[in-house]
Amino acid sequence: MNKGNDLDLTSITSRVKASSGKEYWRSLEELADTDEFQELLHREFPQQASEFTDPVGRRRFLKLMGASLALAGLTACTRQPTEIITPYARQPEGIVPGRPLFYATAMPLDGVGTGLLVESHEGRPTKIEGNPDHPSSLGATDVFAQAAILSLYDPDRSQTLTYLGDIQPWSAFLGAIRPVLSAQMPLGGAGVRILTETVTSPTLASQLRSILDDFPSAKWHQYDPVGGAGAREGGRAAFGQYVNTIYDFEKADVILSLDSDFLHCGPATLRYSRQFASRRRVSGEGGEKPMNRLYAVESSPTLTGAKADHKIPLRPSQVEAFTRALASGLGVQGVQASSVEGVPGEWIPAVVKDLQQHRGASLVVAGEFQPPVIHALAHAMNQALGNVGNTVVYTDPVEANPVDDIASLRELVDDINTGQVDLLIIVGGNPVYSAPADLNFDLELLRKARLRVHMGLYKDETAELCQWHIPQAHFLESWSDVRAFDGTVSIIQPLISPLYYGKTAHELLAAFSDRPEQTSHEIVRDYWRGQMGAVRGGSWRPPAFASPAGQANTNQANTNQAPGAGLGAPAAGTPQPARPNNQSGNQSADQSDAQPEGAASASATAEFEKFWRKVLHDGLIANTQLPTRTSAPNVAQALQAAQPAQAGGDFEIVFRPDSTVYDGRFANNGWLQELPKHLTKLTWDNAALLSPATASRLGVGTKIGSRSGEIYSDQVELDYNGRKVVAPVMVVPGHPDNTVTVHLGYGRRTVGRVGAGAGFNANLLRTSNAPWFGAGVRVNPRGETMMLAVTQMHHMIDPEVVGDRELVKSQSLSQFQAQGEGGQEDGHAILEDRRHYSLYPEYEYRENRWGMAIDLSTCTGCSACVVACQSENNIPVVGKEEVAKGREMHWLRVDTYYRGPQENPDTFFQPVPCMHCEKAPCEVVCPVAATVHSEEGLNDMIYNRCVGTRYCSNNCPYKVRRFNFFLYQDWETPTLKMMRNPDVTVRSRGVMEKCTYCVQRISKARIDAQKEDRPIRDGEVVTACQSACPADAIVFGNMSDPGSRVSKLKRDRRNYALLDELNTQPRTTYLSDVRNPNPELEKA
Amino acid sequence: MSKEPHKQDYPHEEVRTAELTKPPVIGPGYTFGSVTDKIASIALSRRTPFGWFVGFGLAFMLVMMLFYTIAYLVFKGVGIWGINIPVGWGFDILNFVWWIGIGHAGTLISAILLLLRQEWRTSINRFAEAMTLFAVACAGLYPLLHTGRPWLAYWLFPYPNTMQLMPQFRSPLIWDVFAVSTYATVSALFWYIGLIPDFATLRDRAKKTAAKKIYGLLAMGWRGSARHWHRYETTYLLLAGLATPLVVSVHTVVSFDFAVAVLPGWHATIFPPYFVAGAIYSGFAMVMTLAIPLRKFYGLEDFITLRHLRNMAKIMLATGLIVAYGYMMEAFMAWYSANTYEEYMIKNRMTGPYWYMYWALILCNVITPQFLWSRRVRHSVPVLFVISIIVNVGMWLERYVIIVTSLHRDFLPSSWGMYSGTFWDWSMYIGTIGLFLALLFLFIRFLPMISIFEMRTILPQAEVNEAEAKEV
Repeated sequence: MNKGNDLDLTSITSRVKASSGKEYWRSLEELADTDEFQELLHREFPQQASEFTDPVGRRRFLKLMGASLALAGLTACTRQPTEIITPYARQPEGIVPGRPLFYATAMPLDGVGTGLLVESHEGRPTKIEGNPDHPSSLGATDVFAQAAILSLYDPDRSQTLTYLGDIQPWSAFLGAIRPVLSAQMPLGGAGVRILTETVTSPTLASQLRSILDDFPSAKWHQYDPVGGAGAREGGRAAFGQYVNTIYDFEKADVILSLDSDFLHCGPATLRYSRQFASRRRVSGEGGEKPMNRLYAVESSPTLTGAKADHKIPLRPSQVEAFTRALASGLGVQGVQASSVEGVPGEWIPAVVKDLQQHRGASLVVAGEFQPPVIHALAHAMNQALGNVGNTVVYTDPVEANPVDDIASLRELVDDINTGQVDLLIIVGGNPVYSAPADLNFDLELLRKARLRVHMGLYKDETAELCQWHIPQAHFLESWSDVRAFDGTVSIIQPLISPLYYGKTAHELLAAFSDRPEQTSHEIVRDYWRGQMGAVRGGSWRPPAFASPAGQANTNQANTNQAPGAGLGAPAAGTPQPARPNNQSGNQSADQSDAQPEGAASASATAEFEKFWRKVLHDGLIANTQLPTRTSAPNVAQALQAAQPAQAGGDFEIVFRPDSTVYDGRFANNGWLQELPKHLTKLTWDNAALLSPATASRLGVGTKIGSRSGEIYSDQVELDYNGRKVVAPVMVVPGHPDNTVTVHLGYGRRTVGRVGAGAGFNANLLRTSNAPWFGAGVRVNPRGETMMLAVTQMHHMIDPEVVGDRELVKSQSLSQFQAQGEGGQEDGHAILEDRRHYSLYPEYEYRENRWGMAIDLSTCTGCSACVVACQSENNIPVVGKEEVAKGREMHWLRVDTYYRGPQENPDTFFQPVPCMHCEKAPCEVVCPVAATVHSEEGLNDMIYNRCVGTRYCSNNCPYKVRRFNFFLYQDWETPTLKMMRNPDVTVRSRGVMEKCTYCVQRISKARIDAQKEDRPIRDGEVVTACQSACPADAIVFGNMSDPGSRVSKLKRDRRNYALLDELNTQPRTTYLSDVRNPNPELEKA
Repeated sequence: MSKEPHKQDYPHEEVRTAELTKPPVIGPGYTFGSVTDKIASIALSRRTPFGWFVGFGLAFMLVMMLFYTIAYLVFKGVGIWGINIPVGWGFDILNFVWWIGIGHAGTLISAILLLLRQEWRTSINRFAEAMTLFAVACAGLYPLLHTGRPWLAYWLFPYPNTMQLMPQFRSPLIWDVFAVSTYATVSALFWYIGLIPDFATLRDRAKKTAAKKIYGLLAMGWRGSARHWHRYETTYLLLAGLATPLVVSVHTVVSFDFAVAVLPGWHATIFPPYFVAGAIYSGFAMVMTLAIPLRKFYGLEDFITLRHLRNMAKIMLATGLIVAYGYMMEAFMAWYSANTYEEYMIKNRMTGPYWYMYWALILCNVITPQFLWSRRVRHSVPVLFVISIIVNVGMWLERYVIIVTSLHRDFLPSSWGMYSGTFWDWSMYIGTIGLFLALLFLFIRFLPMISIFEMRTILPQAEVNEAEAKEV
C-alpha cells in the first residue's frame, strides 16, 4: 500500500475542517476515497481541480458554474470553495448590489401549492412574501411559508447521501439502483413500490406515469398524515367520484362551519381569510358591503370558531347529529333529525332560518377532519340552499391521482407484510413517525421490504430504517411544479442551488428512466415544452391515472419528455425575477435573456423561452385552473356508507395537526417551535387540551410558576384502545367537555437539535380507522407535573381580575349601527385633542408621519405576522427555557383574550407591535438617548448606543420591548448568516430591541422617492406584518396624508388607541371588533 | 494597654434617674488619655482578636463569591439573573436602593446632627459614616453591573466625546448618576476630613514604622495647631452643610427612578419624602445592627451608651411612622384616584401572587417598630437588636414589593409575568453584604472606629475647662 493509507482519519478530518473553514462536508465525501484525498492535499487548487478528475463531479462543477453565473455570479453560495472576491467587470443587468430581487415560486404543503415571491439578496433568499397574482396567496402567506426560509438554511438538514450510514456519491446510488430495476424489469416491477406525499405536480405525475408504464405491476402509494383526506373522501361519498370543492366567502352572507377551520387550515386558507375579512368590515374601506354572519360548531377550539358570531363547542361525536338535524331542517332528503346534546333548542331553527333567508348567498362548510358523511351532508345542504354555482363550486380534483391516503398506506403495509415488496422508494414524508399506530409502520415491517430508499429533508425516523437516504432539496432549491387549490400550476424555481447537494423527487424518479442523470430543471422544462401548446390552447390536462391504487391505465405515447433536449441544454436554469426591484416596479420584468440554447429548432425554442420566462415571472401558468363542473350530490348513498359513530366510553379524543409544527415536518424549525400557539400561547410543546369543567372534574390543571413564562402542568396518561401516552394538560376555555384534543407533530425521536425532546407523540394513539377523533379514551391523572413555556398567562378580560380596562373594544353590529355616524364620540377627535395635555412640546413633522391601524374585526389571530416579523427583522429564537423565563424576543405578539363564560367565551385577538407613541414613555427614561423620536415620528431604537438599563421596557405600558438578556443570536452557524436580512442589524447581547415599523423598508421607499423627486406614495411602504396578513387587517402609511389608507382608517368610528388614557398617543391604533350576532339568538 | 478604663454596670434604676436629669453620652470616669488609649488601642494593638479573623474571613469569602459572580455576570450577561420582560429590574435595583438607603443614616448622623449640635452623635458618627461609604460602594456596583453592557456604562456620564453625545438629561437614571456620585464624593471627603486629627493621634502613638508612615501620610501633616483646628472646623462645618441637602436629595432622586415612570405602583408623588424617611429608617436600623455587637465585642458600652441606642430607636420610630403613613397613602390614593390600574395594583400587592411579601413588609416595617413606644423595649439591647434586623429585612421587602409587584402586573394582562431571584441574584446580594462587612472589619481593625478627638470634647473635663476659660 502506498503512503495514503498511513494517514489516520482523525488528522484528515481535522485538516479538512481547518482548511476549508466554512464547508467541510464536501471534503468528507472525498474522505471515502483516501487515495483521492491524498492526491487532493497535494494539488494547488484542490477543491476545484479534484472535480475535474471525477466525471460526475466535473459535470457537477460545470453545473455549479452555470448556476452561479445564472445567480448573478456572486459568491454567496456556501458550497463554493473559498475564492477571491472580485468586482464585476461588467454589471449583470438587473442586479444592483444591495437591492434585492424577487423571484416567484411556490410552496407545496400537503402537495398543494401557494404562490410566493422570495426576496433574494445577491443570490441568497432571505424573506418570503406572498404572490399577489397567485389565487391561493393573493399576496399573503401563512406561518409555514414564512418559516420555510429557516428550514432552507437549517444546518440540521440532511447533508449527505448515505448507504447504511456511509456517505456515498449520487453516482453510487444510481449504480446501485440499476441492477435492482433491471431485475424488476421482467417482473413488470411487481416488487417496486413508490410512496409519496400527495402529488399535484404535473411533471412528477408524468414521471410517475411513465414509470408505471415501464413497470406495469409497480404501485404508487400516497400518504399525507394531514392532507385533505376528509374533504376528498367526503366529495367521493357525495358525488361518487373525487371532486374539489372551492368556496367563495366573498359572496356568502351567512356561513355555517361544521367543525371547519377554513380560516387556518387547508390549501386555500389565505384566500378564504381574505374573502371572509372582506365581509367583516362594517366601516372604512369595504364597509359598504353587508357584514356576514358566521355560525360555528367545533369539537376543538379553532381560529374560525374564535371569529364566529355564534359558536357552540360540540363533542366530536355530536357533530354528525348536529349536521343531520340541520340538514333535515334545511330539507335535505332522507335525513332523520336526531337530538343533539349540548346545543340550545332555539339554535338549529334560528340557523336554518338564517341560512334559508340567504339562499344562494349562504355557505355550509364541512371540517377538514370530518368524516365523509358530514361532507356529503354539507354538499347536500349547499345544494338545497342553492349555493352551488354561487358560493361554492366544484371542479375536478387537484391531485394528480386522488386516493384515500390511509387506504393507500394500508395497502402498502399489507403488500410489505406479504413479502411482495423488493424495492420501496419513499419520496418525502416520514411515515415511520406519522403513520397511524395500528399500521405498525416500523422496523419490523420495513425489514420485509428488501431495499428501501428514503428521500427527505432530514435524516428522520424513516431515514433511519432505510438503507439509502437521499437528502432532498428544499423547495427553494428545487425546480418543480405544483398546483394550487384551484388547479393553477406554478413552476417552483430555485432561489439558490442546493446547499447540501439535495436532490429533487424528479431527479430521484429519473433514476428509473433511461436518462438517470437528468436534472430537475431539464425534467420540468421538458415536460412543459411538451405541454406548451395545450396550455396555450386552454386544453391542457395533467396526466391521468385510472385506479386509485396507482396502476397505470394506458399505454399512451410518452410525449411528455421531449427527446434530445437533454445534452445541449444548460445545466442549471435561470430563475426569473418577478419584481426586479421591490415596489419601484418600473423596470422590465424580463431581465436576463442571455441563456444559450443548444440543439432545437430556433423558433420553437424562442417561443418556449418566451412562455417559460413568463410563467416563471408570473409565478403561475395562466389558464391551468380547473374548470368547474356540476353534479348533484347523492346523499342517500353517502348516508348508507356512513359508519355509525363509535360508541365506547364517554370521553372523546380529537387529533389535530399542530398549528405551528403541523404534522411534525416543521419540528426542527425554531421559529415555528417558538411561535405561540394561537389559543394556548404554548411554545415548544404540545399538550392535551381540556375544558375547564373537565379539568376540574379530573382534578388536573396548570399552576403558574415563579419565573414568568412557565406553568406547571399536571400530566395525564391518555389511554386509548390500549395505547398510552403521557401528556401535560392545558385548560382551554371553549373546549367541549369530556373531550381531549391532542396535536400531532411532537415527540419526534430523530429530529435535529431544535426539535429534540419537544412534546409527546400523539401519533402513537392515532389509528387508521378513526384518524381524527374517537371515543373511549381514558384520561388518568398521574400526579406529576411538567413545565411548559407559555407567552401569555392571563387570558380572561374579567372585571373581577383586571377591573374595567378596555383593552379590546368590541360591540355588536346592531349596537354599532344604532350609534350611527357621529352618535359615538369621534375617537380620532379625542386623540387629537389629547395632544395638548403633555408638558413636552409637540414634534413638528415635515413630510411623513407614520402610523398603523389594525382591524380587530378581521384579524384571525393566525400569527403569520409574527413569523414574518421574525424573518424580516432577524429576530432570534431563544428556546424553551428562556421563554419560560419570559424572555421571548418576538417584536410583535398576538394577544388573546376571552370574554364571557368559560364554557363558551368570545375570543379576541389583538396583535401588539410597538405603538410608536408620540409621547413615548420609553424615550424620556433612557439615560443615554438610545431610544429617540425620529423626524417621521418613529420611536427609533439605536442598538449601538444602548447600554441596557431596561428602564425603557419597565416604563413601556405595552411591554413591547425585548431585551437580549444573553447572546441569543447565533453568530456562528454559516448558513444562518446567509439567511439574515442584510438591511437589519443583528443584535448582540445586552441591548434592547423592538418593532421598528420595518424602518429599513421605509428607508428603501424614501430613497426611491427621493431619486424620483416625489413624496413616498401611499402603499409604497408595506411592513412585514402587513404584507403577510391574509386578512389585510394591518394597514401602514403616512398619517400626514389625509388621503392615505391609514389616515382614513384612523378617522374611522371604530378607531381607538390602546391605553389611551395614559396619553402616550400611540401611532398604532386599533379598529374595534364588531360582531354580527343573530338577533334572535342574542335575545335568548 | 496601660490603663484599663474601669467598667461599671449601671443598675437600670440609676439610668432612669440619670435620664431625668442629664443623660450621659459617655460613661463616667474617663479622662482625655483614657479615651484616646481605649479607642486608639483597637487600631494599634499588636494582637488582632481571633474573632476578628473569623468575621473577616467569612466576609472575605463572601467577597470572593461576589467577584466570581461579577466575572460570570460580565461573561454571560444579565440573563443569569431572574429578570425578564415585564420585570426588567429585580434584585439589582432593589439592592441598589436598599444599600443607598442604608447609607443615609451615616450622613444624617454626621451632618444634620452636627448642625443641630446633638453631641450624642459623636460616638457613633465615625462608624456610621464608614457604613455610609461602604454601603454606597455596595450600592454603586449595582447600577454599573445591572446594565446589559457594563463596559459602556460610562456613557451615563457627560463627557466630551467624538460623537458629541450627551446623556439624556430627562432620564432619572442620569439624575441618579449625579446624585449618587456626588453623595459618594461628599461622604468620602467628610469621613476623611473627620479622620485627619485621629490619624495624627495614631501616627504619634504607633510603634511600628510602617504604621507610623502610613498614618503619617494620611494625617497630612496634622500637628494640632490652632490654625489647623480652625481650618478643620471651617471645612468640617462646610462639608456638613453640603452633606445635609444630600441626605434629602439622594433618596429623593432615587425615588424619581420610580415616580417618573408611568407604572402603577411607581408613579406616585409621595415617593420622595417616603423614600427619604425609609432611607433614614433603614439607615438607623443598620447603625443599630452594627453598633450593638460592636460595643459588646470591643467593650465600648461606655462610649456607645444606652442613650445612643435609645435615641436611635426614637428616630426609627419616627421615620417608621412616616413610612407607615406612606404605605397608607399608597393604598388610599389608589382608592381615591378611582384609577383602575392603581386600584388593581394595590389589590394585587395585598392579595396577588406576592401577597406574602406585602404582609411581611407590613409586619416588619409597620407593626414591629410600634414596640419602640415602650420604654422597656427601648432599654433592652437584645430586643433593639432584633427589631433593627427586622426593620432591615422589612426595608428590603419594601423595595421588593415596590419594584417587583408593580412591574409584574402592569397595564396589559397579556404581558403579565412573574419574577424570582436566581442563585446569581442571591450570590451577588450576599456578596455585597460580604463586601460591606469585609470593609467594615478592615475599618474597625485599622482606623479609629470612634472619633477620638470628638469624644474628648464631650468629656466633662472639656466642658469644665471651657467654662473655666470663659470665666477667666
